[in-house]
Amino acid sequence: MSNRQFVLACLTPLFIFSLAFLALPLVRLFLASGEGENGWAIYLDILRKPRYLNTLWMTVLVSISVTFTALAISTTAGMFLSRNRFRGRGVLLSIMTLPLAFPGVVIGFLIILLGGRQGLINQITPGHVVFAYSVIGLFLGYLYFSIPRVLLTVMAAAEKLDPPLEEAARTLGASPYRVVIDVILPGLMPSLIAAGAIAFATAMGAFGTAFTLATNIDVLPMVIYTEFTLSANIAMASALSIVLGIVTWALLLIARSLSGTTVAAGG
Amino acid sequence: MLQLIVTLSACAFLFVPTILSVMAGVTANYFQGISSGLTLKWVFRVWELYADSIFLSLWLAIACLFCTLLIGLPAAYGLARHPGWLSRILEEFISLPLAVPGLALALALLQLYGSMKGFRASWTFILVGHVLYTLPFMVRSILAVLAAIDLKTLEEGAATLGASPWQRFRDIVVPNAMPGILAGALTVVTLSIGEFNLTWMLHTPYLKTLPVGLADSYASMRLEVASAYTLVFFVLIVPLLMAMQWASARAQRIAQ
Repeated sequence: MSNRQFVLACLTPLFIFSLAFLALPLVRLFLASGEGENGWAIYLDILRKPRYLNTLWMTVLVSISVTFTALAISTTAGMFLSRNRFRGRGVLLSIMTLPLAFPGVVIGFLIILLGGRQGLINQITPGHVVFAYSVIGLFLGYLYFSIPRVLLTVMAAAEKLDPPLEEAARTLGASPYRVVIDVILPGLMPSLIAAGAIAFATAMGAFGTAFTLATNIDVLPMVIYTEFTLSANIAMASALSIVLGIVTWALLLIARSLSGTTVAAGG
Repeated sequence: MLQLIVTLSACAFLFVPTILSVMAGVTANYFQGISSGLTLKWVFRVWELYADSIFLSLWLAIACLFCTLLIGLPAAYGLARHPGWLSRILEEFISLPLAVPGLALALALLQLYGSMKGFRASWTFILVGHVLYTLPFMVRSILAVLAAIDLKTLEEGAATLGASPWQRFRDIVVPNAMPGILAGALTVVTLSIGEFNLTWMLHTPYLKTLPVGLADSYASMRLEVASAYTLVFFVLIVPLLMAMQWASARAQRIAQ
């Protein structure tokens, strides 16, 4: 066997697998989205029918607020952890990165333990404080899996910042606040955009968390799920999946072109 | 100072619920609190109810590892030896499951293969989903390590000494790719055990994986049982996760 043939033979299993279980199913999904009563106009229906449009807005709104909150928290914590060496730093770092591989269902349950009917907050505060099943619970759940993802990206970027640049700014009389605004943040910016895109895409597609919280908040993955299982509206479920898939894929493409990393989607 | 407060609050937010879950799993009656005594009876109850799901998940993870190695190792070698636009597109394409939500992939698989009853109802259907989701991690992990070494020169040297393509693959590529294979393998196993989004759509009532069982217990069991089950999951996943982070950092150092 020649060298070239051997290399091609090496790629064959991958080619066959991704053709059979990725390419063809995605084509089928796309075709199925046009097989409803309205044909391809189904993509217009998403924008015309309030139920779907509201869902879209709700999903984007929750995802944006989670993204910015996670960016604020993780950038602050990430800069702190990469600039300071102290006892217990490793422990803090482990605590903040281990949730990376927790499935969304588990995170949903953790939020219930925090803010559910038998939750910690309800027990230690007077009165009836239950927020796990509302939009706040959803927000906290998404925040839970976004913090570690953003933190890792920010810390990798913080290691590459140039400390003499900050010293120069200080010698020239810049206040700590100005140093952050004019030196540190611009240096981190590509990574922050990348991390933000990752957090946003993950929040958009998160299913497990919303599923466990069983909220009546309509987010896109939950609507896809109910359209498919309860309403048997397969065309709409497929169309929404296609829209969701294109959005998250495009966002992660942006993220990768800016920072060269991708952290697993999921949740 | 503000930085420290933010860092500690974020840690508390991530850590406190985990501790609550562990505590609830070993407390006799969570509603009365820890004063009701510590017990392992909920853990045993989980074992009675859900041992099958734990074994199915372990079995799936091993089968998934086997498949991703079988497909991913030669593929990473092929992509490393042929770095062109075609390889870029292929790599980009198989990475789609990283970006496209599992729910969408599951719907796609269900619509194409759902009518093949024998396949649909067997554990191999779930396996396909897991391989689809974890394969890009394996390929990229190995590819990153292979891209960092001068594969071409090494192989040419071996070829002039009369080594066949297969011998070169076995004696040069595989040993050199080992750190990437290890990191990829740990990632695949960890992700497979924790996968929910795809599995929830693909599973049948007779085939419940660990995370599917977790969702089931959250919806229908008392809080102590659900917590004990989560505890079992943590005991399984956290060491794997730490090993995965260690192996990935090591592979990354080698790749640079």
